[in-house]
Amino acid sequence: MNQQALTLPAHAAADPGVLPGYYAILRRELLLAMRSRGEAVQPAVFFVIVASLFPLGVGADTQLLTRIAPGVVWVCGLLAALLSLSRLFNSDYLDGTLEQLLLSPYALPALVAAKICAHWLTTGLPLSLIAPLLGLQFGLDGGELWLMVITLLLGTPLLSMIGAIAAALTLGARGSSVLIALLVLPLYVPVLIFGAGAVEASLSGVDYSGHLALLGAGTLLGIVFVPFVAAAALRISLD
Amino acid sequence: MNIAEFFNMGGYALYVWGSYGALALAIAVELYTLRLQRRATQARLLESKLMDEYETKT
Amino acid sequence: MINIFRFASPASFYPLAGKMIPWFAGAAVLLAAAGLYVAFIVAPTDFQQGEVYRVIFIHVPAAWMGMFIYLVMAGYGVLELGFNTRLSAMMMQALAPTGAMFTAIALWTGALWGKPTWGAWWVWDARMTSTLILLFLYMGYIALDNAIEDRRRADKAGALLVLVGAVNIPIIYFSVKWWNTLHQGASVSVTSAPKMAQIMLTGMLIMALACWMYSIAVSLARVRGIILEREKNTAWVDELIAANAVNKEGVTGGSS
Repeated sequence: MNQQALTLPAHAAADPGVLPGYYAILRRELLLAMRSRGEAVQPAVFFVIVASLFPLGVGADTQLLTRIAPGVVWVCGLLAALLSLSRLFNSDYLDGTLEQLLLSPYALPALVAAKICAHWLTTGLPLSLIAPLLGLQFGLDGGELWLMVITLLLGTPLLSMIGAIAAALTLGARGSSVLIALLVLPLYVPVLIFGAGAVEASLSGVDYSGHLALLGAGTLLGIVFVPFVAAAALRISLD
Repeated sequence: MNIAEFFNMGGYALYVWGSYGALALAIAVELYTLRLQRRATQARLLESKLMDEYETKT
Repeated sequence: MINIFRFASPASFYPLAGKMIPWFAGAAVLLAAAGLYVAFIVAPTDFQQGEVYRVIFIHVPAAWMGMFIYLVMAGYGVLELGFNTRLSAMMMQALAPTGAMFTAIALWTGALWGKPTWGAWWVWDARMTSTLILLFLYMGYIALDNAIEDRRRADKAGALLVLVGAVNIPIIYFSVKWWNTLHQGASVSVTSAPKMAQIMLTGMLIMALACWMYSIAVSLARVRGIILEREKNTAWVDELIAANAVNKEGVTGGSS
């Protein structure tokens, strides 16, 4: 399935640096996603379908829907991001590419960071951009729609990052997609609280800058630390 | 207070004894499961040892 | 100077654990007796809550133990990843069920205390919600440990997971607390409502110690079983079976 051959840039020196490997992986992942567009689009479709279930379940009372909109959109975003996680490392694991990555001279955290970045670009980013449509369905308006997009843009990288650690730990394990969900959902709780909370705060007229600051700080910390933790998890699973 | 009052716990018997009872039950289950684990491990180890002996004899 | 690393080998830890279990079990029984005495005989009927407040003598110690055991597991996780000692991972596996049990009891007794006191079986307050998430963390660890076939890989993956969880617990608690105050949820803090009388605190501490001794005894017993399973092809286990010593020992393991 992964027809794109893995070609890391040739290097002469003993230390090839971090960026060439990073960009090579990023390019490859995006190319692969482009080629299986159908699969890449599934999380977004799931997002829309599941969010649409809620009005069917709780009734069409616009006031109620507006109040639950931030939480519902965020939870659906969580679940959609979750579904795509098992694919993060799996196909590379199955055809041996992942072992090649571990053996390559490029720092593994950098390569993992590239994979996570690509995952976010193909999952979190589209979700964040589609969210306004759902927000409209739920009766959210102007300012809140923008805020919804911003919270998702700030928070979905964290979802990809935390999810990557769980995906790395559960490589090839039995029942891995449900297992990943079980591992990751408790860790997603703070992201959900601050992400949905920011939009809810705006709806109630309360200051939401704290929420955004915390989300942003979390994502920054994640960018710094998660690649190393995920790389360690990959080594545990593959050695 | 007397025994009847003690068991009644001022009308809150369900809640108080439901709590202490749950803990007692959980401990009982845990200890019982430990015993089951112990027996199963013994049986497995004994069986594999007997199999090894059988195989080396024949 | 005892070389503690000698006991990092399962073969030498097995008999040591066996000797320790009766002591911890005895301590647990004594402390539990003392704790229950304080809980039911010494502690007076509460003015506001009547008899039902006696539930805290289980609820609070159980919640403490759930939290504490997870942290101990994280400590063993550090040892596992840092020193590559499989006994550390075995201790993690031995502790998890007990920790999950106490967390579940904390949730159950919290509901049983909440209904008569605040009118609802479940109140989404910061502590109860965090305890619920802690239970999910335990279940995640146990699920991961069961899902991976390769034992050493499962050991290390579980260790990493518990560490990530432990680091996240303050974050989760903080975020849940924030969420709770924003939504003006009820606060079922044990210390704020009735002014914590000295007797109540003493009773809770004694019960907590009893639970702690119990946890140690049970985990040691469980780890002995895990050791036997995982070391089953070694000489010393063979000798144990051959001497039929394994069959004679009860749950507490005796002295061999």
